[in-house]
Amino acid sequence: MAKVIEGLYYAESHEYVRVEGEFGYVGITDYAQSQLGNVTYVDMPEVDDEVTAGEEFGAVESVKAASDVISPVSGTIVEINEALEDQPELINQDAFANWIIKVQLSDPSEVENLMDAAAYEAICK
Amino acid sequence: MNNKYYGKLIFELSRQGRVGYSLPNFNYEDAYKMNLPEEQKRQSTTLLPEADELTVVRHYTNMSNNNFGVDTGFYPLGSCTMKYNPKLNEELAQLPSLNIHPLTPDFAAQGCLAIYDETQRLLSEVAGLSQFTLNPYAGAHGELTGLLVIRRYHESRNDSARVKVLVPDSAHGTNPASAAVSGMQVVQVKSLPDGTVDVEDLKTHLGPDVAAMMMTNPNTLGIFERQIPEIARLVHECGGLMYYDGANLNPMLGVCRPGDMGFDVMHINVHKTFSTPHGGGGPGDGPVGVRKGLEQFLPSPVVIAADEYDASDIYFNEDTFCIGESGDTLGSVSGYLGNFAVITRTLSYLLSMGKENIPMAGKLSVLNANYIKERLKDCYLLPIEGLCKHEFVFDGLRPEYGGDHHDDAHVTTLDVAKRLLDYGFHAPTIYFPLLFHEALMIEPTETESKQTLDDFIEVMRQIAVEARDDREMVRTAPHNTPVRRLDDVKAVKEPKFTYKAL
Amino acid sequence: MFKYFPHTSEDIREMLDVIGVKSLEDLYAEIPEELKFKGELNMPSAMSEVEVRQHIQALAEANIVPEECYAGCGVYDHYQPSVVPYITARSEFSTSYTPYQAEISQGTLQYIFEYQTMMADLTGMDISNASMYDGSTATAEAMLMCVANAKKRNKVLVAATFLPQILNVVQTYAHYHGVDVVLVPEKEGVMDKDAAVALLEADDVAGLICCQHNRYGIIEDFTGLAEACHAHKALLAINSVASDLAVLRTPGEWGADIACGDAQSLGIPMGYGGPYIGYLCVKEALVRRMPGRLVGATTDANGQRAFVLTMQAREQHIRREKATSNICTAQGYMCLFVASYLALMGERGLREVNELGYSGAHLLHDKLLETGFFEDAFPGKLFLNEFTLRLKKGVAADFVRHMLECALVLPGVAVADDLLTVAVTEKYGPDSVEDYVESAKIYFSEL
Repeated sequence: MAKVIEGLYYAESHEYVRVEGEFGYVGITDYAQSQLGNVTYVDMPEVDDEVTAGEEFGAVESVKAASDVISPVSGTIVEINEALEDQPELINQDAFANWIIKVQLSDPSEVENLMDAAAYEAICK
Repeated sequence: MNNKYYGKLIFELSRQGRVGYSLPNFNYEDAYKMNLPEEQKRQSTTLLPEADELTVVRHYTNMSNNNFGVDTGFYPLGSCTMKYNPKLNEELAQLPSLNIHPLTPDFAAQGCLAIYDETQRLLSEVAGLSQFTLNPYAGAHGELTGLLVIRRYHESRNDSARVKVLVPDSAHGTNPASAAVSGMQVVQVKSLPDGTVDVEDLKTHLGPDVAAMMMTNPNTLGIFERQIPEIARLVHECGGLMYYDGANLNPMLGVCRPGDMGFDVMHINVHKTFSTPHGGGGPGDGPVGVRKGLEQFLPSPVVIAADEYDASDIYFNEDTFCIGESGDTLGSVSGYLGNFAVITRTLSYLLSMGKENIPMAGKLSVLNANYIKERLKDCYLLPIEGLCKHEFVFDGLRPEYGGDHHDDAHVTTLDVAKRLLDYGFHAPTIYFPLLFHEALMIEPTETESKQTLDDFIEVMRQIAVEARDDREMVRTAPHNTPVRRLDDVKAVKEPKFTYKAL
Repeated sequence: MFKYFPHTSEDIREMLDVIGVKSLEDLYAEIPEELKFKGELNMPSAMSEVEVRQHIQALAEANIVPEECYAGCGVYDHYQPSVVPYITARSEFSTSYTPYQAEISQGTLQYIFEYQTMMADLTGMDISNASMYDGSTATAEAMLMCVANAKKRNKVLVAATFLPQILNVVQTYAHYHGVDVVLVPEKEGVMDKDAAVALLEADDVAGLICCQHNRYGIIEDFTGLAEACHAHKALLAINSVASDLAVLRTPGEWGADIACGDAQSLGIPMGYGGPYIGYLCVKEALVRRMPGRLVGATTDANGQRAFVLTMQAREQHIRREKATSNICTAQGYMCLFVASYLALMGERGLREVNELGYSGAHLLHDKLLETGFFEDAFPGKLFLNEFTLRLKKGVAADFVRHMLECALVLPGVAVADDLLTVAVTEKYGPDSVEDYVESAKIYFSEL
């Protein structure tokens, strides 16, 4: 059973955002990593790139699949999780701890369009 | 094929001081000895091996014994049309008088040009189209070329808004990739439960931005798209062109021609339909055909026959054929006239088959596919009932044979595929199309005998029983191959692409 | 029945019974009648093996096959050791499919791994893919890689000294993919390096692609180019004739990020245009931008070293429209030509090939100038085994025709009315050169 964490916001395309003040930490969910299997590569954008809610900003690859990662929020990337460059498998170990990008949110109210843990848990069944 | 693994690399057989060649010992004066300035010289030595001739011959011969090919066994490989590769084709493709330089002046290359022209004409007849280019190097390359024909066509009418290519959601991943390389965007059209195009969904996508609809028929599930006249009418009405992906042409040979179905542009995979060898993944050739009215957009160079040339007579002189450009050409996709040796093989096959046998190839391939399907559907899950064409898809083992998806320890399609290798068969195509979780796609082709099919069916049934009774054995297959299942996660995570990196 | 169909009429009847239909035609029952092809295909009846052989042989004999071939321009008449066609004729290699089932495809995977090693080594790069269709498409893919890597830049500089047949393909790909190709002009037969550096100044260039040796046979000097490219965040790609790389400074040594080109010169027959093999090699940082197949080493369940197709998540069948390219395969089988050729030749053999070509070409060059009927198209330029001369009188194509018809020698490629590009391989020595020069003398003196 895939793990879902309270307090995060979830997208149907299996990304989450954890909001801390004006920043959002975006990654893929535990369910997404379990579907992909062994993650071998994370294709990350660059700091200062703009992301738009609903648009892809990178990709997560496993041996035989690749999945675009769609940003659940809009804003400017202020940090990327560089640890994933050498250890993409961290996503398998803990997808929620190992976010992919940190975004300065341009419109914090966007998260209201996303699902809460209970709603997301329901679609993962 | 041999199940003893020969795993050495030529670099490991190398010993300093050995040679495997002999070159003429021409005497040149010292003034003519190679003398390059230091800054233009290669600075490093190479890692190239030093090996004597027998070492090299034995090395590659041993390697070949670890390889499966059509000549060693049956490939039930869906969507790949692994038919027999006739040996006459090989002999003729290697005729010494065809081994000439590609920039030979036209008057001295009339033989090659005649082979190109004749092959082009025969393919046009088989496809029901007006003209073919044989320049694209492979199926995917043909697909790109065909899409560029379509782009050039719209461009020539100053219609720059048409950037969408409609593709059924069952299509092969190459379709969207080709569209992207040609500078267009793909829009997926939904399928009905029977796997055919949902015409109602198609209608919602039609408009002035549609460049083309790209389809195979029969489709990837081996199902004939009966709505094809309606689809073609709708797409044409909105100003788009119909593109036929020739991946599944084999069952249609002489029965139903793409041109007659309403397609404007198509490519053919000659390494599928016209028996040229796959060569472990190339070289193929991907001829692209167009209906009347689109010939001028074909890529350069083109072979042009003199007006007075009578193809049925094939008498020609040194001026009969020349190389030129199409009037409104899309540009060039190849250095020269395609993979010429593959074209020669295609001609040899077409002539050997003749008008009598070409239609039989399609029918017998459909017979073989349906026969396997009927005899295995009690063990493997058949999601779409009814007659298939040259291929069909199972969605894994039936639940009572260990294929229950809800059981985490179920036997997967991958396991079945790997177990087949133990019995001396190649695996079917697996996990494609993406419409099913455990897709297992089987295409036997017409060149396989009933005996071979019966043997294959027996083995597939045996594997189903094994999956029910001895799961672990199937899940750890193969057991009898030169190497066992490979660690492909390690291959990606610790990438080693050269001997130096080992 | 027919030799490629194993079905007896009894087989067909039994199989139809299992399926539950009456005739082969009934297998197509769902197809609307109006779509079915009626009548006979307008093509010949099946020919016997004897007839097919006679027919194609007769066509082939309409070619005029020279005894000596001095045409080059990217395709060379090199010596092919007898082992190469012998090994490559093994049908375990030729009739196999793409090696997805690694357990029964180690032969294919191993020779591709060898090929990758050899090409990466020859070009001085880190990684080679499992090959592309040919040199022209490999160069076009190199251009697409530059653009994909730069993300926000769309302009690629391409040397005007490329062979036109490569340039045409690059420009076609560029046109439809929306890449802005700017040709770096030619100056005295080589790419104008100053012009290239000036174009880089705009900081909007994704990459520069140049060639070695160039369309005239000239060895270009790329000193400082890599630094200039990298200073402006552009990639440098160098297209080379593969065989040259045993002796010429390699793309890696020039500081290139991408090496591309055709490897026909490594054991592959001229075969009127193909199949050849394109190579594409990169520095490690670009591996995920690289199109095409890659074979990697790994271990099997017994811990044994073995080979497998890897990094497939970049490819079209998984990434669909986001893939690095639409290429599905490699020229798999042609890798075997290159690997077995290089296994036999080794560094020493390939070096000798270049030395013989160099000597023959320089001798022929000097002797032709001595006749007084030719002059250097670009005097004083460095070349290896290929050079371009200007005719002082007559038309190059007429000379080519005369030599072919009267001496069975293809004396080069008429690249313009008054320009002849000539290549000499290790197959032709001083005696051949002398005969060539004598025939040329007679032709021009009678003109």
